[in-house]
Amino acid sequence: MASYKPVVIPAVPKLGEKITQDTLYWRGYKTPVQIKEFGAINKIDFSPVPPYNYAVTASSRVHIYGRYSQEPIKTFSRFKDAAYCATYRDDGKLLVAGSEEGSIRLFDISGRAPLRQFDGHTKAVHVVGFLSDKYRIFSGGDDYSSSLWDIPSATEIVSYSEHSDYVRCGCASKLNGDVFITGSYDHTVKVFDARTKSSVMTIEHGHPVESVLLFPSGGLLVSAGRYVKVWDVLKGGQLLVSLKNHHKTVTCLCLNSSGQRLLSGSLDRHVKIYSTTSYKVVHSFNYATSILSLALSPEDETIIVGMTNGVLNVKHRKPEESKEKSQKKRQPAYRTYVKGRNYMPKQEDFFVSKPGRCIMRKYDKLLKSFQSSKALDAVLEPHIRLYTPEVTVAVMQELNRRGTLRSALAGRDEKQISLLLTFVTRRVIEPRFTPVLITVADMITDIYQPVVGQSALVDKQFLRLQEAIGREIDYQEELLEVLGMMDALFATLTEKRATYLEENKSNGLTKTLDQDISI
Amino acid sequence: MHGARAVFSVGARFLLCASGDFVKMYSVATEELVQLLRGHSDLVTGVQLAPHNRLQTFTVGYQLLALYALPSSEDSVFVIIPKSGERDTFQLVSVKLTKAAGQDMEAKELSVVLEGVDASPKCTAFGREGEYVASVKDVNLQVYFFKQKQLNRFSLRATNKKGGNNVFTCVACHPQEDCIATGHADGKIRLWRNFNHKKEYTFSTLHWHHDKVLDLAFSLEGTSLLSGGVESVLVQWHCGSDCKRDFLPRLGSAIEYVSISSDGTFYCTSHTDNRITIINSNLRFSKTIQGLIKARDVKTGLVVDPRTKALVLNGEPGHLQFYCLQSDKQLYSLDIVQQEYIHQAGLNQSDLVRVAFSAQGKWLATVEEREETDLELQLKLWFFDEETQSFKLNTRISMPHEDHITAMCFRDTDEMEDDSLMLVTTGRDCVFKVWVILEDTDPEAQQSLSWSCDFVGSYHSYQATNCCFSEDGSLLAVSFEETVTVWDSSTWDLKCTFCHPPGKIRSICFGRLTCSKYLIGATDHGFLCCWNLLSCALEWSAHLNVVVLQPDPLSEHIAAVSWLFKESSLFVFKPNEARPICIQRKFCKERIQFAAFVPRDVPETIGSEKYLWLRRSQLFFLTDTQELMTVSTKSAQERLTLSSKQLAVEESLPVTPFSLLLGKHRHQQSQGDVDLGKIVHHHHEQDSPAVKELLHTPAHVLPSASFLCPIFINSLLVSKENKSTEETPDEVEMESEEAEDDSDEENSVTEMKQEDKMPLESLGETTHRLSKSEEKELRKIRKVDYSWISVF
Repeated sequence: MASYKPVVIPAVPKLGEKITQDTLYWRGYKTPVQIKEFGAINKIDFSPVPPYNYAVTASSRVHIYGRYSQEPIKTFSRFKDAAYCATYRDDGKLLVAGSEEGSIRLFDISGRAPLRQFDGHTKAVHVVGFLSDKYRIFSGGDDYSSSLWDIPSATEIVSYSEHSDYVRCGCASKLNGDVFITGSYDHTVKVFDARTKSSVMTIEHGHPVESVLLFPSGGLLVSAGRYVKVWDVLKGGQLLVSLKNHHKTVTCLCLNSSGQRLLSGSLDRHVKIYSTTSYKVVHSFNYATSILSLALSPEDETIIVGMTNGVLNVKHRKPEESKEKSQKKRQPAYRTYVKGRNYMPKQEDFFVSKPGRCIMRKYDKLLKSFQSSKALDAVLEPHIRLYTPEVTVAVMQELNRRGTLRSALAGRDEKQISLLLTFVTRRVIEPRFTPVLITVADMITDIYQPVVGQSALVDKQFLRLQEAIGREIDYQEELLEVLGMMDALFATLTEKRATYLEENKSNGLTKTLDQDISI
Repeated sequence: MHGARAVFSVGARFLLCASGDFVKMYSVATEELVQLLRGHSDLVTGVQLAPHNRLQTFTVGYQLLALYALPSSEDSVFVIIPKSGERDTFQLVSVKLTKAAGQDMEAKELSVVLEGVDASPKCTAFGREGEYVASVKDVNLQVYFFKQKQLNRFSLRATNKKGGNNVFTCVACHPQEDCIATGHADGKIRLWRNFNHKKEYTFSTLHWHHDKVLDLAFSLEGTSLLSGGVESVLVQWHCGSDCKRDFLPRLGSAIEYVSISSDGTFYCTSHTDNRITIINSNLRFSKTIQGLIKARDVKTGLVVDPRTKALVLNGEPGHLQFYCLQSDKQLYSLDIVQQEYIHQAGLNQSDLVRVAFSAQGKWLATVEEREETDLELQLKLWFFDEETQSFKLNTRISMPHEDHITAMCFRDTDEMEDDSLMLVTTGRDCVFKVWVILEDTDPEAQQSLSWSCDFVGSYHSYQATNCCFSEDGSLLAVSFEETVTVWDSSTWDLKCTFCHPPGKIRSICFGRLTCSKYLIGATDHGFLCCWNLLSCALEWSAHLNVVVLQPDPLSEHIAAVSWLFKESSLFVFKPNEARPICIQRKFCKERIQFAAFVPRDVPETIGSEKYLWLRRSQLFFLTDTQELMTVSTKSAQERLTLSSKQLAVEESLPVTPFSLLLGKHRHQQSQGDVDLGKIVHHHHEQDSPAVKELLHTPAHVLPSASFLCPIFINSLLVSKENKSTEETPDEVEMESEEAEDDSDEENSVTEMKQEDKMPLESLGETTHRLSKSEEKELRKIRKVDYSWISVF
């Protein structure tokens, strides 16, 4: 037999951002610490060894910060002009940096003066790095050349002049000590092998390349220019996917510690985080100004973003919340659970079954006993009215269905009417509540029409309700106008659509993800 | 199952209730039908246990409106009969019974006790040990004392000051004290005492019901009073303390009758929706006996659940009932609306209006609506959960259309892939909408599947009235008032339109199998049109006022039911030829609302070419008055054996002595019947399966003789079936009841025999008719056999 059916609270799909594991993870950072540098920050690099200091290259200095320090713990300032791309070696002991004047300097972390200086580039060197064999350095300069240097002898091993424009980015393979990659403004990415005299692979990016990144496995290459493109190196540089989520040039790329997420920073002030399996944006950060450099510490403990205005934005991860709070609540003892439950009825016992207790909300209890006025009072309690207005509206609807809404609304004092009217005024414009609340508003005005003018408070509320509804009507009119305009636009566009579709089919081989740019 | 109070047998083991022309005996413990008592040829209006013989029961029907039996007057019963010569006046008379307890009794000795009583059996009650009788009508209560021969009349004002309605609705008498309880139309119960004085009578009032008190009953000792009404709450009043009362709420629908078993352990309430509830004396719900629940208004139409082959239609308010045709039982009731139903007149509560199943029964779509000042619509999609074996709510869409939804259908593709599944709804807001499943790839999401709108189509802002997918799912036909539009279901391009002015399209359907290139439409101007989809031209049209158009899912046949001159006719045709295969003219005097083809479990072998279309599925109809009917080809015996327990029939079994005996008996019978005419003889020779089964089944697996006997007897009563339905409507109806083995009266299934029409027209009536004497003879045989059972 049927039991009482509680009031159904209609669930409305949550609009806006969906909360996923990713958003929770990437939201778990404290409020950022801002550090002002002297100029635009072109490179941030974390030391691969604890305590994970990081080197920030800005203007003519390279600052080394401790993880939680706000002041640099060390500064290399032996540059005449701007310094570029200070990068740690794998063991965290050496640091190499390029410079505007074309020389490359190698520093010991503990020392001050450069250990070595490599001269050979005729113009500014924007990219330098260590090969994974630790004894060689690669570099790329504005003289269109990319070179390889030997650290012990401080001499140039080989120089490749294959690019036809500035070489502005590069990276070395972590698996092979001979392979490095450079990206240039001539729209190409070239893969060099130190054992050969020329590049082994050229990938056409299509835009000036601002950043390149090789996956730890070495199989996938990410290049960033106007768009971020992922290439399969093992298939000879085939385009895997093109990510068009930024609306300005992407300046920096970075992988998280697990290699599951790819981060990209752009001049459009966003950092976007992609899943490396689906290449969809799972999260994004907003920053105040255009982003030039980006780094993520091991274990994703810190995100550091360097911007064009010289501000260094440091975000630390919140410490894991301890779960002590929930443990404090004492559970009932075991014997309270089993009390009387382990008794087996004997044959001559008369078994009286006790129905399971069902827990009902207060308004359901009142509705069950047909106390409509009290049920309405129950859902006008502040915590229900303010935080779960859908419950209030659902109960109002249920009362209306039972035909008792009018009597429930009637016979209320000044304070209660004003409270009701405040609720209606505030919620009547929400589309999901509108049909019910219009009925409620109608009834209230009907019932309390004779007493209008007796209370200033209630009169004020009535006026506010009128105002709210009038405003909403204006909005709707405006929206309809916009809709009409859009219809007219679409009508003119329909003829072009047919040709557009065909175009799409022709380049069906290249899989492109047309996602909303401003996600 | 209504028309009379249900009666418990002595010891409360069985429950007897009147159901149409029968009295049905149910087991209280197992709620199964134990026995069907036949004999009346019209509605049974009263059932009473004989007070002295514990095993006898009285039943009345036809013109006798109520029956009362008293332990004090052994040889007479009281009945209410209409007063001769006057309409709408009834009198209570006592009838002397003859000792011979035969089947029918012709009442000879009548003595009028009370005049001007109400026709309802609830309005008259006998007091303590039959000393007095109380009867109410309108605002008058009259009490007649048998011993003193005194008649006291009490009357109330029609309305009191507070606007209450004082009209009496029912009366009950205390079993041990001089106390009468009366129920009133405004929900009050009055307890009358001291009523043997004309002036100094007293009454006290109990008030809980907000509407009419529909029935009252005192408990065995008179310590408590039970009352029931529209609220569907059984109220138990404790007489000692006035205000104390217990409730048993939510019994489903209005309580029509309340009765109590003679030992007081069970109560029983009969409800308006064709259901009986058995309740323990401590007001605990115990059992329910239900057949096809009578909904207030069947809006969903007849739908067949592809999984269970059950008929699905509106049940309790807001519920969907799954009704098994084979066992005449409700399989289960699915709560769709999931709102508390308030039993109160004049309330607008949401009800189920449309139902559709996907091809495999995996998805169920329902539409519920509630219309007050503005319309509330909800489209719900239910997913069949294999684990719990029931439907689980998957998606709820509020306001899928701005106006009423007129039709809804799934794309019936047989592939198991989900992405081809599609739902189309048409609305009066001039659009049709296509709904598809969205798969949420996010593994953290609670449910991965949900439905959302894919396409909205419209045609010149005409109201969309019907929709239908072609068999392969590639085309969708949507009718917009006068026009049928055909859409490509992959690109949603409008392919072509058909129009047959004047008249709006009432229903459309695609042909199936070999006829899949045809589209059939029926207009409300009385035309049935068939369009060829390949040539986009009208193939043929016929002038026929079709109210229901129903394609058979398993064959290319289409059934059309027309309504002409206040009679329904059935036409079955194939779309590729304009000539119907089968015509059944005037098979029903009521308007047919819905029809459905129910697939058979096993295809049947049908000899007659005329009924070949019924080979794979059976056609059911629902009329305006919610009677369920079917078209049948088989003879009654066959049907019965099918519905009875499936006995193992093996040809190689040795002949049992019982079968020999019966066989001999049968032989004699058939020899005696030779002169009945050729057709009868012919029928006997084709060896009815009932008899065959009886003879070939070993005795130890046979059901009781009382069960088999009617089958056997019926197998001998062949001559009746040769009569057409028109000639002897009531008899055929009774017979069909037997055949269907129904448990409720509204399932009265009108059989249409194979021999019904055509032979009758060709051979003439005389050959089929039995002479009166022969018919009598057959009746005699039947009677004899019944008495033979009672010896057992």
